[in-house]
Amino acid sequence: MVELIAKTPCDGLLPISLGAVTLTEVETGPITSISSLKGQKKAVSDALKAAYGTAFPAPSRTTAKDTARLIWSGRGQALMLGVAPQIKGAAVTDQSDAWCCVELAGAGVDDVLSRVTPIDTRAMKRGHTARTLVQHVSVVLTRTGKDRFEVMAMRSMATTLLHDLERAMSGVAARG
Amino acid sequence: MRLTCPICGERDRREFYYQGEAVMLERPAPDAGDAAWDAYLHLRDNAAGETQDLWCHEAGCGSWIKVTRNTVTHKVLKTELVAK
Repeated sequence: MVELIAKTPCDGLLPISLGAVTLTEVETGPITSISSLKGQKKAVSDALKAAYGTAFPAPSRTTAKDTARLIWSGRGQALMLGVAPQIKGAAVTDQSDAWCCVELAGAGVDDVLSRVTPIDTRAMKRGHTARTLVQHVSVVLTRTGKDRFEVMAMRSMATTLLHDLERAMSGVAARG
Repeated sequence: MRLTCPICGERDRREFYYQGEAVMLERPAPDAGDAAWDAYLHLRDNAAGETQDLWCHEAGCGSWIKVTRNTVTHKVLKTELVAK
């Protein structure tokens, strides 16, 4: 059998450091989309809470416990990162290799994001998330700390995402 | 232009896809006749003033939203989820 070499979506492209901001790739572990079936919303949330300690997140929110993280990702849908869930009553799809996940960190991270996204990231608190755009790329944007964001985009858009973020980083860095 | 998504809150127009007049929600019965189907598929009022149209929050939560707005004043009067 052919032995394929596994590569991460941003292999050879990161890290990038410009000014006070750094861009690095995040190893998320397995990624699974969870969408509860009709009338199963509460049962699915309870099952997730019982099994992994993480309830189904409210819109634009995340929940986490130990290595398991749940990030809201659309109407009635969330992405589970870190563990591959086994639950009933929901449409569960393995998307592990479908996403690229990068971390943008450092003082001025909000200035960088305000150049590329139409939402006000300053209004987001730690653990808040948003489905929005980075230029033309659809992303899941999550604040993970005071000067720290995670940006997830479809794997096929990884190079475009990095290009857009790097341009914004260099613009902010040039301002000093 | 900014639209308030009932799920995500107020967002920029760039995140939305415009579908057209909200008449698409009132599908005639299969036997409603040629005139009703012709009107449903092809005829639009293009009113100056208050209109209702469908937008998809495609770069956000993915919901279809019925937006009531005034095309003269550009005021957005109401947004509601299409899904029950």
